[in-house]
Amino acid sequence: MNSVSREPVAWQQEIFSILKAGGVKQVAYVPDAGHSHVIRSAVADPDMRAVVLTTEEEGVAAVCGAWLGGQRAVLLMQSSGVGNCVNMFSLVQNCRFPFLALITMRGEWAEFNPWQVPMGKATQASLELMGVTVLRAERPEDVAETVQAGFDAAFNAEQAVAVLLSQNLIGRKKWEAK
Amino acid sequence: MAEAMEQGTIDRRAFVAKLTAACPDSLIVTGLGSTSYDVFAARDEDRTFYLWGAMGGAAATGLGLALAQPTRSVLVITGDGEQLMGMGALASIGVQQPPNLSVVVIDNGHFGETGMQRSHTGFGIRLAEVARACKFSHVMEIAEIGLVDALADRINARSGPTFAQVFVSADDVSRALPPRDGVYVKNRFRAALGLQPM
Repeated sequence: MNSVSREPVAWQQEIFSILKAGGVKQVAYVPDAGHSHVIRSAVADPDMRAVVLTTEEEGVAAVCGAWLGGQRAVLLMQSSGVGNCVNMFSLVQNCRFPFLALITMRGEWAEFNPWQVPMGKATQASLELMGVTVLRAERPEDVAETVQAGFDAAFNAEQAVAVLLSQNLIGRKKWEAK
Repeated sequence: MAEAMEQGTIDRRAFVAKLTAACPDSLIVTGLGSTSYDVFAARDEDRTFYLWGAMGGAAATGLGLALAQPTRSVLVITGDGEQLMGMGALASIGVQQPPNLSVVVIDNGHFGETGMQRSHTGFGIRLAEVARACKFSHVMEIAEIGLVDALADRINARSGPTFAQVFVSADDVSRALPPRDGVYVKNRFRAALGLQPM
């Protein structure tokens, strides 16, 4: 397990603030350490619904359903989940749903686990193949602006957008025995 | 290998027609294939969202919709093959417990669009038991059409997540094709709820 501080990292709080200010009511997620603060905050917020998923493609459909019903929703996952979503993106594309996914990257920076690498390498191309616009934040000071840009493109211009959050934002995963 | 199940006998078109008529205010999401045709043949209303793809996504779409529209009954009508592909969504619904969401599986035990190959339910896999294990409040296994009113009462009551597995005949029915333009179907659905296009 990754060691996750209970103290929110500033960029994670900035992400939650953008979602909150943007009126997001549903946060669908497959967890990742990099999303832990946003998930915790959504769970604690009485005006938001945190929806834990068994697989990421469920979340693609769930956020589309939310929009059908008049609510804004976002999808949180890690890069390994992108491959699970590929066919479900046809729902987003065919119906031109506004769609925003925040995706923490694995398999790219100081990765310990080779099993994370193939999907990590293919994440951006897979999204783009399915018509999803990809933005990327590499440094903590870029996160808020990038997520806000993606948010606006999704909910103002009805685009499908994924924001990739680089693995070096989250830091090395500690693998020493506890 | 599991043995084949005895085939259901309910007329799917008659069942779906009675069900949708008895739930006139519900918001409907249909799974791809035959259940889209069944609902379209029964009633084509703006408050119906037809899937023509995204297999496995009907129940999850219904979940997002039900959470967004808590004062309306949301009715997912899908096939056994479609629900089997999205079985995890039943667990996610069970966690959320939306009182206004119902999932009705029109189960002919076969993949109808692809040449009527037997599906898992056709081999006796019991989706209703999965739904019970996933904490749906009301679970029905329906083998005769007379139970449609009892199911409609549950759906209209919005008193807890509801699941029904409806054992229908595998007989061929004519295709009745709903609109395939997703943007149109989305926008008319939202307009029926008073929501504007972007």
